[in-house]
Amino acid sequence: MIDNTDAVKLLDSKRNDAVFVATMNANNVNFGLPTVTSNEKLDFPVSGAMSKASNVALGLALAQPNRKVLCLDGDGSLLMNLGAMVTLTSKAPKNLVHILFNNKVYAVTGGQPIPGSEEVDWEGMAKSAGYAKVFSFDNLEDMTNGIDEALSAEGPVFVHLLVKPEIENTPVQFRTPAKRTVHTAIADMPETLGIKR
Amino acid sequence: MATQEVILHPASVVAELKKNDISHVVWLPDSETNFMYQLLTNEPTLDLVPVCREGETMAIAAGLWVGGKRPIVLIQNTGIFEAGDSIRGLGLDVNQPLVMLVGYRGWSRHGLTRDSAARFIEHILHAWGISYYLIETDDDADRISLAIEEADKTQKPVAVLVGTEFGS
Repeated sequence: MIDNTDAVKLLDSKRNDAVFVATMNANNVNFGLPTVTSNEKLDFPVSGAMSKASNVALGLALAQPNRKVLCLDGDGSLLMNLGAMVTLTSKAPKNLVHILFNNKVYAVTGGQPIPGSEEVDWEGMAKSAGYAKVFSFDNLEDMTNGIDEALSAEGPVFVHLLVKPEIENTPVQFRTPAKRTVHTAIADMPETLGIKR
Repeated sequence: MATQEVILHPASVVAELKKNDISHVVWLPDSETNFMYQLLTNEPTLDLVPVCREGETMAIAAGLWVGGKRPIVLIQNTGIFEAGDSIRGLGLDVNQPLVMLVGYRGWSRHGLTRDSAARFIEHILHAWGISYYLIETDDDADRISLAIEEADKTQKPVAVLVGTEFGS
C-alpha cells in the first residue's frame, strides 16, 4: 500500500501547471495535498458535495482543454457517483487524469468499511467505463516508476492507487479547518487561469 | 376568439441561449425537453454535456464556470430532488450564477395535479431561496434571459420551469 502523503507528494512533484481537483483523504489538511502542495493557487478542493470532484474536474477540463487537470478522488466518493465515470468518458477530455485513492474505508468518518471494498475491481470498472488508459499502483516504487507514463498519456486516464487508510474520528466542527477551500478556489482560480470575467 | 397556441419550440429556447452566450448545456433528457435534443446537438455554438444523474450537472457546471465558460443545466423537476446536495454545496454555497432549465413534470393550469413532482417542486425552490420563472410558450421564452440576468446579478442559481412539452 502507498502512504497517502507520499502519493500526493509524488503527484505534486510532477504537476507543472496542472490544476488539482482534490477531495477526501487526498485533500486532508494533515496528510493530503495541502501539506505538500507547491502551487496552491492551482488546487481546487471540492468539499461542498461529496462524490462530485470528478464532475467538477470534467467541467474544468472541458473549459480549459490546453491545461492538464488531475482529479484526486476517493473510493467512497466515487462509488456514491459511479455514473460520473461514464459521464466523464463520454466527453473524453484528453487533458484529464482521474486518480483514485482507494483506502477501502470511509476514513473521515471513523474507518467503516466501504461496501464491496474487497471485491470491487477498479481497473476493470475503469476499462469498462471507457477510459483511454488505465493504470494501477499498489506500492510507491511502482508508482514512482510508472506515474510519468500515466500523466503523459492521452486522456481520459484513470489511475488506481491502493493507499493506506488514515482514519479520522473527530467530528467535523472540531477538525483543523482547511486554509484553502472550495470558496477560495472559486474566488481566485479564474484569475490564476488567466480568465477575465 | 383566437386561442393561444400553447407550445414552446426548441428554437425559441436555443435562441435565448445563444443570445446570452451560453457555451454548454449540461443535461439529462426528460419528456418535457425531449425535442430539444436534435436541435442542441446540431447547434455548433453549444456543447452538450450529457450526464448519468442530475446531481452531476451542477458540479460539471461549477467546473465549467470556474474555467471561464457559461453553462446552463437542463433537467426535470424530479432531478432537482435528486440533485439536492449538489445544488446546496456547489450551487448555493459557492454562489454559482447557474440557470437551471427544469422540465415541470405534472404542471397543470387546470386544477390540482396528482403528480408529486409538480406539487413539491415550487415548495423546494422556495425552501432553498431559489427564485424561478415559468415558461410555457414561445412568448415566454425571453424569461430565460431574465433568469440569466438575475443569476449574473445575484450570483445565485435561478430556475426556469418549463411547463409544457416542447413542440417540434
